[in-house]
Amino acid sequence: MNYKIKNIKKIIVTKPLKLDCGQTIKDFPIAYETYGKLNEKKNNAILIFHALTGDQFVASDNPITNKEGWWTAAVGPGKAIDTDKYFIICANVLGGCMGSFGPQDINTENNQPYGLKFPVITIKDMVRAQESILEYLKINKLLSVCGGSMGGMQLLQFCALYPDKTFSAIPIASTASHNAQQIALNELARQAIMSDPLWNKGSYYQDKKIPKNGLAVARMAAHITYMSEKGLQEKFGRKLQEKKDYEFTFDADFQIESYLRHQGRAFVERFDANSYLYISRAMDYFDLSKQFKNGLSEAFQNHNTKFLIISFSSDWLYPTKNSKEIVIALNASGANVAFAEIKTDKGHDSFLVEEPEFLKTIKGFLESNFEIFKNEK
Amino acid sequence: MKNEFKIIANLLPPQSRVLDIGCGDGTLIEALIREKSIDARGIELEEDNVKECISKGLSVIEGDAETELSQFPDKAFDFVILSQTLQAFYQPENVLEQLLRIGGKVIISIPNFGYWQIRTSLLFFGKMPVAKSLPYTWYNTPNLHMCSIKDFYQLCEKKNIKIDKVIGINGKKISSIYRINLEMKNLLSEVGIFVIS
Repeated sequence: MNYKIKNIKKIIVTKPLKLDCGQTIKDFPIAYETYGKLNEKKNNAILIFHALTGDQFVASDNPITNKEGWWTAAVGPGKAIDTDKYFIICANVLGGCMGSFGPQDINTENNQPYGLKFPVITIKDMVRAQESILEYLKINKLLSVCGGSMGGMQLLQFCALYPDKTFSAIPIASTASHNAQQIALNELARQAIMSDPLWNKGSYYQDKKIPKNGLAVARMAAHITYMSEKGLQEKFGRKLQEKKDYEFTFDADFQIESYLRHQGRAFVERFDANSYLYISRAMDYFDLSKQFKNGLSEAFQNHNTKFLIISFSSDWLYPTKNSKEIVIALNASGANVAFAEIKTDKGHDSFLVEEPEFLKTIKGFLESNFEIFKNEK
Repeated sequence: MKNEFKIIANLLPPQSRVLDIGCGDGTLIEALIREKSIDARGIELEEDNVKECISKGLSVIEGDAETELSQFPDKAFDFVILSQTLQAFYQPENVLEQLLRIGGKVIISIPNFGYWQIRTSLLFFGKMPVAKSLPYTWYNTPNLHMCSIKDFYQLCEKKNIKIDKVIGINGKKISSIYRINLEMKNLLSEVGIFVIS
């Protein structure tokens, strides 16, 4: 992949940030992108948090892949998150590989890329780093924060850290704590990367021999978890890949095999293996309830934020049960909470694709809350 | 808004905290928020209703009250409303206990099985009654535990639940129900609204 991407908007965070691991970082870049216009009263801003392998290019072409942004299903003119009405901000997470401070950056101490010398980061570190963007844009209170999967985790962390910085919040297909299965799946991906000889303990940037195979396998495994059994069966079934019969080899006979291989190949062109390790680790460390003596409900005590929690019926990676735990904690703390489970066969990936019921619900929620927020104070 | 909702709305003080269980498309809570600045929330089973409520900006959670109520702390709300659904739960007694736990006061309305038209249907025609307040036939009704106003009144007495107020609805007419006129009102009311605590 190309580690020096040009024309990326960045701020340099000068304020020292003490990470959960104990190290302090400062003067580091956070890359971001915005869509739409911030109105005069600065009350139409929505901060979107991206998922594990996402980036700040929510609704515009990705400069590396030249493909359209990852959430064009939801974000754009006239869409559920309407860029004609709202000002959308999305930053690349700390540890990411799209311009924000990450393991591929040069360590000034030895002029080498950090690799595994990069500090281990947490969801909380990511969120605190991104908060600088709001300071930079001089936005006191967001209309909403929104994010799916790991984006939802950052969002919950954001709300717990900064209860007064957003009017509403939409965590989608997410969780307040990574469970054993979710950690296990991330560990599988990490082991795939670290078993690739080219990974070389994280030092592979210099000779450009990157651990493509390991990263591709990690992506293939993860990709399966993003889809439902029914969704896979309907899309691929036992269909063969451009052939009439089995070839009695280990080539991709089945369409699903070919599809996964393609997903793996495409992914390594745009994503850094070390970033994958660091970000997936941050997800595993995430357990919001651990930060509060009296558990998760304390995280949202005395909050006025209006929450909309959404889960998808066929999502087995971050199932409805995970979302329900958030709802229960919010209700226990007396917070303002709405919850809907969207019935769909599209699995965890439902939030990224054209899913009309889901998009309609978000659109209505944002519109009605914008009306209330506009008339506040 | 239907008559029953107007009566319920009148029972609620402004700015109170209210949970409407089985809030449907949110008609009642929307009115409570708008007209009385009530902090109103809802629980609803039907996904389409839930999405409609959310689109209106209402704080409604999708779920079954039979299992969802345990998540709320004691006295989380000043009032809990249950409109004509107690009879549809598998365990109405448990639900009732939960309602009284999470609400300072509970407003429960019941379609009255003691209403004279219901009684005559079974008495004269030998058929399970179908009425305006009970529109289902026996094979597709969600109502598992029908009761009369008198039944519910006696249940409250038996369980030492305080009855603050009982209102009978017959068409557009409303009247207060007490121990003394219970027999008569049990015959003449289509729906009974109880305020208990």
